[in-house]
Amino acid sequence: MAEFTLPANSVVKPGKIWPAPEGATRTKNFKIYRFDPDSGANPRWDTFEIDLDDCAPMVLDALLKIKNEIDPTLTFRRSCREGICGSCSMNIGGTNTLACIKAIEDFDGDIVISPLPHMEVVKDLVPDLTHFYAQYASIKPWMQTETTPPQDRERLQSPEDRKKLDGLYECIMCASCSTSCPSYWWNGDRYLGPATLLQAQRWVVDSRDEATGERLDELEDPFKLYRCHTIMNCTNTCPKGLNPAKAISELKQKMVERR
Amino acid sequence: MGSELKSLRTRTAYVDNPVKHLLNLYRFNICIMKTNNRPLSPHLQVYKPQLTSVLSILHRATGVVLALGSLLVAYWLGAIAAGPEAYATANALLGSWFGKLVLLGWTWALFYHLCNGIRHLFWDSGVGLDIKTTYLSGKIVLAASVVLTVLLWLVA
Repeated sequence: MAEFTLPANSVVKPGKIWPAPEGATRTKNFKIYRFDPDSGANPRWDTFEIDLDDCAPMVLDALLKIKNEIDPTLTFRRSCREGICGSCSMNIGGTNTLACIKAIEDFDGDIVISPLPHMEVVKDLVPDLTHFYAQYASIKPWMQTETTPPQDRERLQSPEDRKKLDGLYECIMCASCSTSCPSYWWNGDRYLGPATLLQAQRWVVDSRDEATGERLDELEDPFKLYRCHTIMNCTNTCPKGLNPAKAISELKQKMVERR
Repeated sequence: MGSELKSLRTRTAYVDNPVKHLLNLYRFNICIMKTNNRPLSPHLQVYKPQLTSVLSILHRATGVVLALGSLLVAYWLGAIAAGPEAYATANALLGSWFGKLVLLGWTWALFYHLCNGIRHLFWDSGVGLDIKTTYLSGKIVLAASVVLTVLLWLVA
């Protein structure tokens, strides 16, 4: 049964306020979720007043500024700072996105930042993605073949067949979509979630893959695929502009077509 | 636990058998999780409602309302069968301002569930799943459910 409230150890308490440096004229409040695994205390909301005249434009820039200049204990994942690695996915201003490609000026009031929703928090903005990755591994995200490959070259694909992968191959597995999905919140232990299902569709439609039947067999399950109720939070939130809901719908259609 | 830990340290473990490696990592992490009392990150508390998600939960809520409303219809039919006196009581109950309010809510739930159900049928055939169309169809469904409810009450 879904639990709509947070467990006692997860309720977020008020935290510290870090005021802007004196003389700052254009400031913005960043309300950031903090959890210190060593203290044993509940998570808290810390507010950092940032001088925008002394900060680069993206939300990630503000986080880095905080870590470099204000509080070095602030913990978050980041790597490429250009929306291709998927590390800095988090909930910013109520929806999930990548901190590196979200502009600070897109937000009117305070910017509230918390870890990807309904996940075990390791520290601050770092959620535990182990279960998410294990689900990804469970769909065998690599090409499976039975025929022997051509001796002198790679397996070829027509431009039309290659086109079928557009809108699927761009996924960077940042988990923004899966952790935006209420179905994944309540049934994430068994429901695969939008990211993994979009990847499943990516291998199902690949003309070179020869395990399409087995892949669909694996998804024939009341929970793995069919907990999608087309809530559309996934597609609304995808920082890469992909459409997991459509990919899932196409998987469901394939299930019916092959009966 | 011991052998799993060892395999986690092996550099080639991922290359040899990626699925097994990840599952071992998973088991290992579950062990840590249990001892660390990790909090659950906020979900409903922070996530901004979207038009699509609100209409989705409304679909479920109206489904529940319809189920309850069908009990009301059953009561009304039962009252007819029970004779003129019971029927008069039922009519008085449903005809009161409160009864009418309940019936109004029920008819709107009926039309919303019907219209959104049709929207779901389109989705299931792969039509209208892009963001622009889902928002448009959502607004159409909302408007249609209100218009149909008003029409029904004007006619009836």
